[in-house]
Amino acid sequence: MAKMAKNNIKKFIKDPYLLFGTVIMGMVLLMIIVGCFWMPYEPTKMNAAEKLQGISLKHIMGTDNMGRDVFSRVMYGSRVTLMIAIGTIIIGAGLGTIIGAITGYYGGIIDEVVMRIIDALFAFPSILLALVIVSVFGVGWVQLVVSLGIAFVPSFARIVRGEVLRCKNMDYIENARLIGVSDLRMIFVHILPNIKGVLASSILIGFNNAVLAEAGLSYLGVGSQPPYASLGRMLSDAQQYMFTRPSYVLCPGLVIVLMVLGFAFLGEGIKRWK
Amino acid sequence: MENDVVLRVTNLNVFYKNRKRKLFSKKDKKIQALFDVSLEMKEGEVLAIAGESGCGKSTLARAIVGINRDYNGEIWQKYERPQMVFQDPYNSLNPAKKIGWLLEEPLKVDTQRKWTKEERKKRVEEIMKEIELPLSMLDRYPSQLSGGQRQRVCIGMALMRNPKVLIADEPVSALDVTIQAQIMELLTNLHKKLGISIIFISHDLRVVYQISDNCLVMKNGRVVEYGNTREMYKNPKADYTKQLLQAAGIRK
Repeated sequence: MAKMAKNNIKKFIKDPYLLFGTVIMGMVLLMIIVGCFWMPYEPTKMNAAEKLQGISLKHIMGTDNMGRDVFSRVMYGSRVTLMIAIGTIIIGAGLGTIIGAITGYYGGIIDEVVMRIIDALFAFPSILLALVIVSVFGVGWVQLVVSLGIAFVPSFARIVRGEVLRCKNMDYIENARLIGVSDLRMIFVHILPNIKGVLASSILIGFNNAVLAEAGLSYLGVGSQPPYASLGRMLSDAQQYMFTRPSYVLCPGLVIVLMVLGFAFLGEGIKRWK
Repeated sequence: MENDVVLRVTNLNVFYKNRKRKLFSKKDKKIQALFDVSLEMKEGEVLAIAGESGCGKSTLARAIVGINRDYNGEIWQKYERPQMVFQDPYNSLNPAKKIGWLLEEPLKVDTQRKWTKEERKKRVEEIMKEIELPLSMLDRYPSQLSGGQRQRVCIGMALMRNPKVLIADEPVSALDVTIQAQIMELLTNLHKKLGISIIFISHDLRVVYQISDNCLVMKNGRVVEYGNTREMYKNPKADYTKQLLQAAGIRK
């Protein structure tokens, strides 16, 4: 056992994707966790005397047009963005996995009907779908998570359905059926563990898309509302000052890039594992 | 006399759905895979089903265990739930589960009685002894076992709940010859020790001769010859049986 763990660590260090992914995500997570307990300035506190300052020791990412400290806002905003991404993935991957597993396993008429609905959902760009839902239920944190979550269901449902179809006709499933395993136990205990690798990597890729979609929606003004920050919101506020104070737009943008890159590397690493 | 029979199949016709159905074709055409198959098996008997590939051996087995329910004719069984060992040991064990878990599963889903954790553990250890595998293998994954060891685990899984009838669908054809002999020996020993009835499916008449009391030769979904194995080998009636025996190198 100890030898196996040692081998795993060796394999882990040798895989550049996993290593870099973990390092980048570690940095981002560290910033977010520290931000939960301590921030250099209050992220919503304005200071008219220090508007649009550049990078300095006092404000390591400068200040924005209202004199708020950008680094504090990035700390706070990436926390909000990450929470929204996590919520989105929990809803999207959870519902998607259940729908995909059931349609794939039972097949027939349920499969046809549900998958056509999913196809219809898939035909909308996810941002448009989220915009529709937000415009019906109003702007807010919860609405954003729910609408993005629903927009993410189709891709997960399709991936899981395909994998379940692949596993369904294997001898070991037939064997389990002979032993008398019930349908639910078959799906969740016998089939799902066999697709966890694919599921894990698509969850990480989904995280990426969720971070980007949150940023996009906040940029359009339907995400988190001022004065509270999220990374996308900050980008949208900063665009007017792109040429006068580039650090204001670059810093939140850079954090989005790091987050997406970290998740992408981790996802690729998990896909290659074994 | 009547009580001895554990399985009786009368005039069994089995169908498969036609998968190549065109989108607008008028009817669901079915393909018939078995024609009027009848057989009878007594308690403790080893019945071999022999024939070339594609002749319906596995279809018959699948109908008996209830995987394919699209048939007419009668299948009568004295005991519920016959268990089955599949041909390909590389495919018939769930790769995501450990051997110990796989062996315990038949007990966990048993509807007839509730097994406590200690009972399950004890039973698994008993079975590991029966299938002659060391207990240290309980913590391994199927991918860490050889083909012969996997097939032993499959046999163990099938035997966990003490079935009275075991169907072995070409259990040795995916294994190499030395391992084949070991698995055959294991099956023979288990048969002697536990007194279960075995339906043994194979295309290899040499293997069939080793283990079976009676033999059913099939071709194209029909029974060609059915009777005592020894007599059939000495004095085959059907031409097809003669051909098979020649191909196996038993008869000139």
